[in-house]
Amino acid sequence: MSTLVAPHRSLITRRSRQPRRPGRVVAWVYLALVVAGTVFPIYWMLRTALSSNAGLLASPSSLVPVDFSWGAFQRVLGMQTGAEAVAEGGSGASISLALPIRNSIIYAGVATFCQVFFASLAAYAFARLQWRGRDVVFRVLFTALMVPGILTLLPNFVLIKELGLMNSFAGLILPGAFFSAFNIFFLRQFFLGMNGEIEEAALLDGASRLRVFFRITMPLSAGPITTLSVLGFIGYWNDYFWPLLITSDESTQPLTLALAVFKQSSPQAQPDWAGLMAAALFAALPMLLVFMVFGRRIVNSLGFSGFR
Amino acid sequence: MTTLQQTPPRGRARIPRRVRQTTGATAAARRGDARLAWIFVAPSILGFLVFAAYPTLRGMYLSFTDYRVLSPAEWVGFDNYVKLAHDAQFWGSVVTTLYFVVLTVVLTMAVSLATAVVLHRLTASTVLRSVVILPFLISNVVAAVVWSWMLDAQFGIVNLFLERIGIDAVAFLSDRHWVIPALSLITVWKTAGYTTILIFAGLQTIPVQVYEAGKLDGAGELAMFRRITLPLLRPIMAMVLVLTVIGAFQVFDIVAVSTKGGPANASLVLQMLIYDKAFGQFDFGYASAMSMALFAMLLVISFLQMRLLRADESDQG
Repeated sequence: MSTLVAPHRSLITRRSRQPRRPGRVVAWVYLALVVAGTVFPIYWMLRTALSSNAGLLASPSSLVPVDFSWGAFQRVLGMQTGAEAVAEGGSGASISLALPIRNSIIYAGVATFCQVFFASLAAYAFARLQWRGRDVVFRVLFTALMVPGILTLLPNFVLIKELGLMNSFAGLILPGAFFSAFNIFFLRQFFLGMNGEIEEAALLDGASRLRVFFRITMPLSAGPITTLSVLGFIGYWNDYFWPLLITSDESTQPLTLALAVFKQSSPQAQPDWAGLMAAALFAALPMLLVFMVFGRRIVNSLGFSGFR
Repeated sequence: MTTLQQTPPRGRARIPRRVRQTTGATAAARRGDARLAWIFVAPSILGFLVFAAYPTLRGMYLSFTDYRVLSPAEWVGFDNYVKLAHDAQFWGSVVTTLYFVVLTVVLTMAVSLATAVVLHRLTASTVLRSVVILPFLISNVVAAVVWSWMLDAQFGIVNLFLERIGIDAVAFLSDRHWVIPALSLITVWKTAGYTTILIFAGLQTIPVQVYEAGKLDGAGELAMFRRITLPLLRPIMAMVLVLTVIGAFQVFDIVAVSTKGGPANASLVLQMLIYDKAFGQFDFGYASAMSMALFAMLLVISFLQMRLLRADESDQG
């Protein structure tokens, strides 16, 4: 990729000496606007969360926090009494994020692990093992990529209900955990391209296939497996529709659902905007942290994930 | 690819017999491999059958039944579909969805194409690309909550800004003329970064030499964009287009959190209507028929995409 970019840049620098400046200025202004538009809502979330509700209504257009206060964060973590909340201009609606955060971690963590683990097993079988029926099975599983979520949503809900798994982590996690056509496809491509010599050597030394898979193939595939895990975790962490159908009480509701419930229980007339923004930040923060760690990897792999 | 697939058996044939306990090492190893393979794919096959294949068939079946969860499904033939054809609310919802799709897709494509091209021509900065992708990481629910605040009629920053430049405040999310454009804006904010990165990746596959040749021929920046960038970008643009269209057709989270289909059904998109039919009125049979209708629309779009892509290939060949 960098080889493609490098000559191009020199082309641009050469061009910049020519009288094309107005176009470049317009382009930079456009880019600045796009970046501002992208970042501003995230900043506004932070600015509002650090304000008090009373202050927000007094000077709503202030670009910095009004009446600076950690109150909203304390409130959504259940560390503020009702009286204090009202004093800060909060509404009666209450929320405690501790349980939803725990639920989100369990849901996203376990579901991602299963999804990636079982996909690696299958991908390995499709890429590196010889067995009769391999291509047929692969093609059949692959048809699942054509089926949009909407088609399986209601029947899957009915199934989970019949299995008595409503309001359980099993009900949340099971449908996507064992089978992921895209992940299988992604990892199969990687396994196919891997150099088989190390594996062969290990087999020669008498290692079993299973041992080869866990001790050699998996560690060598850390890159793509991390990519899929990060993308999967983001997807599950942000998931709203399925938890909305499956969970109805707090013991299993993830953060997205708790946030939506909090917003809907907030009175129309005077919502607790500071509290809502603090809660929204808690829901967004882990993803922003994941992004800081894996940012480049995510950006680079998105081009591929577009073929989902 | 095929040569790689064939490597393992050839390699294994070289395994000395004494390493394997069994005699006839190759055959035994291959049999072992086959057993292991089936164990490895078993979870996926199970997941596929139980949570993908079976629900798909069952969804089709349910669309021909009257099913209200409490009592068993009752076969009613095409009744649901006949009802659907005469359902004004459904057709209203189709129009609303199409309006949302067209607006969202046009905006997303325009913004992300422009941003990708500008990013590509001006700078190779990974930081800027990363900033652009930020909203992709944020959930639809968070996006909906934040924008509900920013679009608030009285205290929202968007309205305060509009007032500053002399435009009257708009109750974006509770005005039936503004609700779809507002939801579209939120969706574009959420997804344009992702499509920008996809298009950017496409731009990087265009060889620099093509542009250099264009320059030698005296082509200006605009001519090169029209004659080189756009044609060579067509396959990826077709793919991004379909992704965006299919995504927009299935919009739910943002609508559910910010308007719940209101005001007065002005933002009742298809997925919202299906949800309401199934979980508001417990009419699962009818909701399944609606899902099938939505699926049919998505199929048509995918089909059109394939035609589009095939046209591209013949252009190039």
